[in-house]
Amino acid sequence: MEITTRDLWTVAHGMGFGALFMLAFSGAVAELYRMTAPGAFVPSPRARGLFKFYLAAMVAMAWAAVFTGAYIVYPWYRASPPAGANLADFPKALLVSSPHTSAWHSLGMEWKEHVAWLAPISMTMVAYVFLRYGPALAKLPEVRKVALIFTLVAFVATGVAGSFGVFLNKYAPVRGGAVIHILPGEKQ
Amino acid sequence: MSGDAPDVPANGPAAAAIIAAALGCFVLGVFALAGDAFAAAGDFFVFYRPVGALSGVTTSAISLWLAAWLLLDRLWRRRNVAMLPVSLVAFGLLFASLLLTFPPFMDFVQGK
Repeated sequence: MEITTRDLWTVAHGMGFGALFMLAFSGAVAELYRMTAPGAFVPSPRARGLFKFYLAAMVAMAWAAVFTGAYIVYPWYRASPPAGANLADFPKALLVSSPHTSAWHSLGMEWKEHVAWLAPISMTMVAYVFLRYGPALAKLPEVRKVALIFTLVAFVATGVAGSFGVFLNKYAPVRGGAVIHILPGEKQ
Repeated sequence: MSGDAPDVPANGPAAAAIIAAALGCFVLGVFALAGDAFAAAGDFFVFYRPVGALSGVTTSAISLWLAAWLLLDRLWRRRNVAMLPVSLVAFGLLFASLLLTFPPFMDFVQGK
């Protein structure tokens, strides 16, 4: 069993940081709603502390996803092939070489590469607001409402970026780099 | 500006963070459109060649977002601001940023 460095970084970007960030949304929305709802429920200091850590980890995942995507994986994706090169090693060139796949780049990648950044910006704001106000947000219903809507928009932006990331990697995977041997295999 | 209630924390810092985040998203969309529409802007935004214009578009937007946040936070740190206009401006900017990062809309604006 082996994997290349480019495969590994692509997995870390999408399935590591991106997917973990995406999975964290349901918990974030539920806890933001519950902990800041006007009413009798008052979360314990321990529960508040855990949720602050949860939000901070979520924000770190979001930034890690966009930075690894833009500065590590994207340069491999968009590299220009030299004359006569095998386009399978140059994902963008491979996609735009055919009218059957070019929209995966012109719509998918061009949308994904920009809309993805709305998520970490929005979630940083949401985390800051909760860290600063905590349960006192129940007394600021307008602020709470805006924070929840920004969380939902961040979820949509992440969904768009993640979905197109999966499809792009299906039709034109980023491959190559040094090979890392993980386990020795058996000959069947 | 509305009056302060004694047991309610000032909403100014939250409003500053909200408006700054919405502005950051919006300028990211504007810079993405400019980089796509004008060759000179596209060249200007190449801060790191392997990443192309995306490096400058995102770095510039993040810088403006953080600068706006710092500035607004200093202005509104101890104040209560009217949240309705803040919400409307923030949602307007956020909606515009979603449109501006959508390639068919960017093409439509450019008449492609």
